[in-house]
Amino acid sequence: MSTTTFPHARAHSSSEDRILRYTFGERVLHWVAGLSYVYLLLTGLAFWSPYLFWLAIFFGGGPTARFWHPWMGLIFTASVVRMYGIWHRDMRTTAADREWAKHVGDYIRNQDENLPPIGRFNIGQKQFFWLMLLGGIALLLSGVALWLVNDIPWSWRWLRYAAVLVHAVTALLTIGGFIIHVYMGTAMVRGGFTSIIRGEVSSTWARMHHRLWYEKVKDTHSLGK
Amino acid sequence: MSQATLRIMKISGHAGTVPGAGTQREFQVCKLVDTTTCIGCKACEVACQEWNDLPFAATAFDNTYQTMPSTAWNFWNLIKFNEHPKEDGTMMWLMRKDQCMHCAEPGCLAACPADGAIVQYTNGIVDFQQDKCIGCGYCITGCPFDVPKLNPSTRKVHKCTLCADRVSQSLEPACIKACPTGCLHFGSKDDMKDLAEKRAHQLRVNSGFEKAGVYDPPGVGGTGVIYVLHDATNPEAYGGLPANPSVPWAVRLWKTPLKWLGNFAMLGGLIGVTLHYLRFGPKTVPDSKAEEHP
Repeated sequence: MSTTTFPHARAHSSSEDRILRYTFGERVLHWVAGLSYVYLLLTGLAFWSPYLFWLAIFFGGGPTARFWHPWMGLIFTASVVRMYGIWHRDMRTTAADREWAKHVGDYIRNQDENLPPIGRFNIGQKQFFWLMLLGGIALLLSGVALWLVNDIPWSWRWLRYAAVLVHAVTALLTIGGFIIHVYMGTAMVRGGFTSIIRGEVSSTWARMHHRLWYEKVKDTHSLGK
Repeated sequence: MSQATLRIMKISGHAGTVPGAGTQREFQVCKLVDTTTCIGCKACEVACQEWNDLPFAATAFDNTYQTMPSTAWNFWNLIKFNEHPKEDGTMMWLMRKDQCMHCAEPGCLAACPADGAIVQYTNGIVDFQQDKCIGCGYCITGCPFDVPKLNPSTRKVHKCTLCADRVSQSLEPACIKACPTGCLHFGSKDDMKDLAEKRAHQLRVNSGFEKAGVYDPPGVGGTGVIYVLHDATNPEAYGGLPANPSVPWAVRLWKTPLKWLGNFAMLGGLIGVTLHYLRFGPKTVPDSKAEEHP
């Protein structure tokens, strides 16, 4: 795609250094998780409300959507567990994050000049990661009970009741995180969407949003101009 | 089975009104099972299999006279045999015809997300429409009586239809027709309740069953199948008939307050991020002219 027609990519049309933010493997993993989550979200919403049941039409109708939903859930949870494997060191809350969190109001109001420097991810991104990891595991565990409901004996029916509640509450929590994540990644934080598509950010972007990370990687992760 | 001659009162997973509801004067039908005159002959089991053309269901011997431990997707009518110890140390049979209870407030229908997969006709029959079933099994979770059963090869759920096809043609259900002792009766809910109360009174006064009574649980709004029990204070003794059944609280919580809370929260999230964008706009990188686009 041309950088002149794709506004999010324009940060890189300047003469600044480009920095590698996400490797090819990280980007693939993100999109496996992201696309499987969108499928789960839309089919899940179809089963959530009669007023959204029409969504199932786009996925082959109710029985087909119901058939693939659990399998897609396995893919989603596997992908967030793999994310844990490659990102968990980056996702620990640091002293810099706690200091940054005190100024989160400035971040929301786009007064970023008041923010202290932080590492590769900010605390919001970290919390979103943990929400999706723990949420994914809870959705999988409750989802397996919903999947195999016919095999749960009558005397274990409390498991059916727990599963519908855990699945719905956890899904709603992840939807909350997902709305914020998509908004910030596409509309709010310019340059963020390009970084997860092409893997690159400008050095100015890296300095502004993740200065501690930038200082650490500016020599090793530079892709040149 | 969809019944053109029966009017629909409630539809599962349905957005909007129920077409045709309230356009026909119809009384609620009811099956009365008098457990005190059941001899455990299983004629009703056979009649159910035959009328509904159900494929052979494997029997399972578990040291009782019972055909199998519980109903199955292809076995909707099961006599539960219970050897019940009496106070004088002797035993008595408690035999109960187990099937869908056709609740006035069906938990299966409340839990079902598929538009029209479960309907309740104005005569009270709760019927599964397999062509609209998506195989999620939520009805299994919603039922307080362990009735709906999934056919794993088709992922469709099946249960007793109260012979909606026969009833719509003014015939009694097949099980009623087969019963040799007159322990099964079929008619309007009012007539059946009246008959049941008379029988329970007779048992209390003339037969020494002082705790005899009628089982028509109010927790599910009453049922389209009612029982006369020798001991109405202990329905659990009749093969696990719940004493006070209701739609599981988890299902009620999930399908009403949680659903609306979730809907408002999701909508609030979308409105929130939109307002944020309108108020604060994008976060751009300074000194980069290319970032100034909205």
